[in-house]
Amino acid sequence: MSRFPERGRRAGASRLLAAAALALAAAPAAAGPLGLGRAATPAEVAAWDIDVRPDGTGLPEGAGDVLTGEEVFAEKCAYCHGDFGEGVDRWPVLAGGQGTLTDERPVKTIGSYWPYLSTVFDYINRAMPFGEAQSLSPDEVYAITAYLLYMNDVVDDDGFVLSHENFSEVRLPNEDNFRADPRPDTPLAKAAPPCMTGCKDSVEITARAVILDVTPDADEDSTAGISVD
Amino acid sequence: MSEKTSASRRAFLRTGLAGGLAAGGAALAAGAARADDPLITDLEAQPWTQYLGDGVDAAPYGLPSEHEAHVVRRNVAWLTADPVSSVNFTPLHELEGIITPNGLCFERHHGGVAQIAPSEWRLMINGLVERQLVFTLGDIMRFPRVTRAHFLECAANSGMEWRGAQLNGVQYTHGMIHNVMYTGVPLRHLLEEAGLKGSAQWLLPEGGDAAGMTRSLPLEKALDDCLIATHMNGERLRPEQGYPARLVVPGWEGNMWVKWIRRIEVGDRPWHHREETSKYTDLMADGTARRFTWEMDVKSVVTNPSPQAPITHGHGPTVLSGIAWSGRGAIREVHVTTDGGINWHQARIEGPSLDKSMHRFVYEFDWDGAPLLVQSRAVDSAGFVQPTKNALRKVRGVNSIYHNNGIQTWAISSEGEAENVEIS
Ligand code: HEC
Repeated sequence: MSRFPERGRRAGASRLLAAAALALAAAPAAAGPLGLGRAATPAEVAAWDIDVRPDGTGLPEGAGDVLTGEEVFAEKCAYCHGDFGEGVDRWPVLAGGQGTLTDERPVKTIGSYWPYLSTVFDYINRAMPFGEAQSLSPDEVYAITAYLLYMNDVVDDDGFVLSHENFSEVRLPNEDNFRADPRPDTPLAKAAPPCMTGCKDSVEITARAVILDVTPDADEDSTAGISVD
Repeated sequence: MSEKTSASRRAFLRTGLAGGLAAGGAALAAGAARADDPLITDLEAQPWTQYLGDGVDAAPYGLPSEHEAHVVRRNVAWLTADPVSSVNFTPLHELEGIITPNGLCFERHHGGVAQIAPSEWRLMINGLVERQLVFTLGDIMRFPRVTRAHFLECAANSGMEWRGAQLNGVQYTHGMIHNVMYTGVPLRHLLEEAGLKGSAQWLLPEGGDAAGMTRSLPLEKALDDCLIATHMNGERLRPEQGYPARLVVPGWEGNMWVKWIRRIEVGDRPWHHREETSKYTDLMADGTARRFTWEMDVKSVVTNPSPQAPITHGHGPTVLSGIAWSGRGAIREVHVTTDGGINWHQARIEGPSLDKSMHRFVYEFDWDGAPLLVQSRAVDSAGFVQPTKNALRKVRGVNSIYHNNGIQTWAISSEGEAENVEIS
């Protein structure tokens, strides 16, 4: 059996495609140091390169309005995320929570926390609806994104149309509240060598594990507010 | 370090020896009254001695002893909405040494376990490169490969403990970690094959599963030590660990180690995708958030004793065992306390000390049967010291979810039972 069955099966076709790609490329570069791999065709790159950046790079052409978004959302998203993005059971909350980031229980949503709208488009387009990823058309993703902006009070006009043309004009409210990693934020050994003997006078237990039964069918009510990430 | 260690070792040997002799004396005295052990004297109680066992064809892929059936990954159903986008935990209290067996490596995936045949797997490199390329697995196996042990820790490991002691078991408080010997191709080789353009600064590795996992990875890290791994602990990757190929990002948070990797885009700016904005950013008490907090800081935990692994042998010679690791290098020292941090002892680092790999530490002592407050504290080769949980809370508050590397306390009762507590 061939060690590379795909080569055996589709050798002819892929060689043709590779040749076409090379012909299309403006200045076909020489092979890499080992000459391994083959050139990706433009159609292959287009099929997989679906990512979107905050500056709008990668957005497909298209448009969608709030009311259309509401319809698509009700049909394809609401049974997990709630009609208004409020989240059913433990499925993620997508709207609300503005002004809660300093609360005891912050609610992190697109409107309260996410820095960039491109992330909303990119994520829905690549991963939602959960269990049927990459099934939405660009217009549907624009419409849902417009609806989520509306549900998060970022736009207040239900006639708002979001498209690849006005996309980069929309800013999310929490964009400015992200910082670079400042660690170390606790002392290093050279500044504060760890104490080895007589480090404190006395010790008391100040808290005990609140969940004594962590078996998989533990009582759900006792665990409100804890999340893994 | 070594002076103190050997001094305490000598003390242990002295008391251990004395204790052993005393116990031996007691056993002799009781010997007359005690019945013979049928597991020694009665052949019928030892069928394995009399009858033949399974042949070599009984288990073409071997499994652990049936008596180890309780040693499994466990999940906590209420943590997430659906087991398909969830997490399970490594049973750290059942393991020794530094390598995590493949079937016990914790799992976190966001769209279930993708099943990809090796012949149907492709890896594309596109973006700011001279040649946009597609590799098959056969191509990957022709690049120079390396083998290295690294820990993978989820940034949310111990994340449930920010507000206080919550879960009673090291499997749940610390089990989102595993340590594996990977074999793979340095990502640098693949990027050289494609030829980086001058403006290249960031990569976007992307998974081929239904979550389409993406993370922005600075080029510098990719060229330094990242791998496209095909093997773990000598065999092919397990499906739940990204078969047939995953990204290895040594020392950095597990979410970046994209599984079922299908594509690497080269760009000049980060993408700010969902897993580096909505998730894996650290919310501070003042409402600002830290982003791109990639390194996993120095951390350690005592795995035995712990709530799922109490001391059952009573007082006398006792082995305390634990693990330590740092995303910034190797572990230099581990300190252990049994009195809640009044006095600390140097633990012995046992087995290989490798860069960005789990370390095993042990501390042997003579337990007098009194209650203990056990902690461990690690120091890494970059000079980082594992902080207390309260020191972290003071700087970060309690809502950051990620990067909780605080010192863990187990309260051991005089019966040897352990509980997750916090202390002053
Ligand atoms: C079957 C339930 C289900 C359906 C239907 C569904 N989602 Fe989701 N959604 C999820 C789950 C589960 C996650 C979290 C996935 C993970 O863990 O990575 C999620 C995450 C999200 C997030 C990111 C939330 C955050 O805070 O990071 C957005 C945005 C989202 N979904 C939008 C949608 C949209 C829009 C639709 C409809 C097109 C949709 N979802 C349909 C289950 C669902």
